[in-house]
Amino acid sequence: MSVLVYTESEEGKIKKVALEAVSYAKGIADQMGTSVTAISFNANDTSELGKYGASKVLEISDDKLKKFNGEAYADAITQAAKNESAKVIVLTSSANSKYLAPTLAIDLNAGYVPNVVELPESSSPFKVKHSVFTNKAFAVTEISTDIKIVGIGKNSYGLKENETSVTKESFAPNLDAHDFDMEILSVDKATDQVSIADAEIVVSGGRGLKGPENWGMIEDLAKTLGAATACSKPVSDMGWRPHAEHVGQTGKPVASNLYIAIGISGAIQHLAGINASKVKVVINNDPEAPFFKAADYGMVGDAFEIVPQLVEKLKEFKAQNN
Amino acid sequence: MYIHSKGYRNFQTKNIFKMKILVCISHVPDTTSKINFTEGDTKFETNGVQFVINPNDEFGLTRAMWFKEKQGATVHVINVGGPETEPTLRKALAIGADEAIRINTPATDGFSVAKQLAHIVKEGGYNLVIAGRESIDYNGGMVPGMIAKLTGNNFVNTCIGLEIEGDVATATREIDGGKETLKTSLPLVVGGQKGIVEESDLRIPNMRGIMQARTKPLTVKEPIDANAETKTVSFAKPAPKGPVKLVDSVDELINLLHNEAKVI
Repeated sequence: MSVLVYTESEEGKIKKVALEAVSYAKGIADQMGTSVTAISFNANDTSELGKYGASKVLEISDDKLKKFNGEAYADAITQAAKNESAKVIVLTSSANSKYLAPTLAIDLNAGYVPNVVELPESSSPFKVKHSVFTNKAFAVTEISTDIKIVGIGKNSYGLKENETSVTKESFAPNLDAHDFDMEILSVDKATDQVSIADAEIVVSGGRGLKGPENWGMIEDLAKTLGAATACSKPVSDMGWRPHAEHVGQTGKPVASNLYIAIGISGAIQHLAGINASKVKVVINNDPEAPFFKAADYGMVGDAFEIVPQLVEKLKEFKAQNN
Repeated sequence: MYIHSKGYRNFQTKNIFKMKILVCISHVPDTTSKINFTEGDTKFETNGVQFVINPNDEFGLTRAMWFKEKQGATVHVINVGGPETEPTLRKALAIGADEAIRINTPATDGFSVAKQLAHIVKEGGYNLVIAGRESIDYNGGMVPGMIAKLTGNNFVNTCIGLEIEGDVATATREIDGGKETLKTSLPLVVGGQKGIVEESDLRIPNMRGIMQARTKPLTVKEPIDANAETKTVSFAKPAPKGPVKLVDSVDELINLLHNEAKVI
């Protein structure tokens, strides 16, 4: 018996979401009186996983798996789960995890609950709390199958250090031709920008910015903070910004530590999508904007004056604090 | 790919390979809905809630209409649910789908729904299944992937671009921090979202469409045996939030974010 956790890496480096997943897996393993096994694909150094509670790491090193491949990754995880007699599989809310989860659920006859926000409230019966209605509510759901799959919501558990002595094993799953049916023609990733999925801070602009030509100051602010840029639905619908930046109920969810909304009124769909963020700041010239009811900190005023000042003062602040 | 004259290509798509599309439609509360629960927080309160086609499904349906109009595909829509979901299926017919199917059983969990749908995919010989990336009610995001696995079909999730030529599909999917373009083949299951068509491509049913939808076939089928693997036992609303702290200067804001919220 064990808890198996999929640890995502990028360019050989373990991602932060993977460390959160290991922290969570350790929490479940402690509840169940068992240990955590992590599985990694082409990561250069997995030692860090022990720091968050993994006792064993199955290291896959295979050039064919350099790029994410849903079929092959799911096959590998399924084989690992069987070898390890895993009772719980921990995934995250990353695009790759969400791709893998349903496939694993069928392969392992396992019930799956995504967007989980806490450790199980009981492990027998296995009940977990997860967000539903795009963060407008929570549900507690019982998984009745022998093997359970949980996908944890980003930033909902956090990193919890738990120094554990870790054994590394190389693992070579049996992959067949069918695993490589799909041909990846191209991958287009902005390497100089922080993605919304990985960002600790997100700076987001709305219609109040009047036009795409005014996004320079949003980008400046994001750059100063090491943040990702995002936008509201009307802004993406009008083509001011790419779809990939649209956050909200029908766009991307945001679960960052800090979300700064500039010139966004705060429609219910937008607020739902960003609700999982820990601290919300609104800058808007309309004190009646609904966002003020959802935010932690607010400034009423003209974004065209406030944002450049904020960029300048933050640069001074960063210079002093670094 | 060979370069054919336009006429020959049409001949190919129409007579040699016929696209038969099944679009899975979730019946969900409108995005503006306030969410409340009833019966001791065990049931979603549907009173006063307007139901719509799940937005992610509507993007996929609109793409399916394009395949119908440009490449001669047939388009069926399907929903797993009670009779109360039929207006949502009629709306999909009014948008232009040819036929609708309702599996007469409540949608209890993702797995049981996927099993019902996979059965119809096999029985009906559909070679392209388009479902939304996730429904905006329970955000499960598992049905398209499960259908793919249960039917043995190829799968592309978070799809933001789809072209089909014969039985070859070129699909773009959103990944964290970018996108990826893949080549695959039918039969295929797609989890679609905004981007597979643009928001401005979405169609509001016109009077002619609504009239036609009334006479298009809506078949009610009884479910197959499919056990749920998960069961929601209770719901809760997020704890009410304290009032916003209004600040007058950016200095004060930076100070609070650093010393109080500790996020910078």
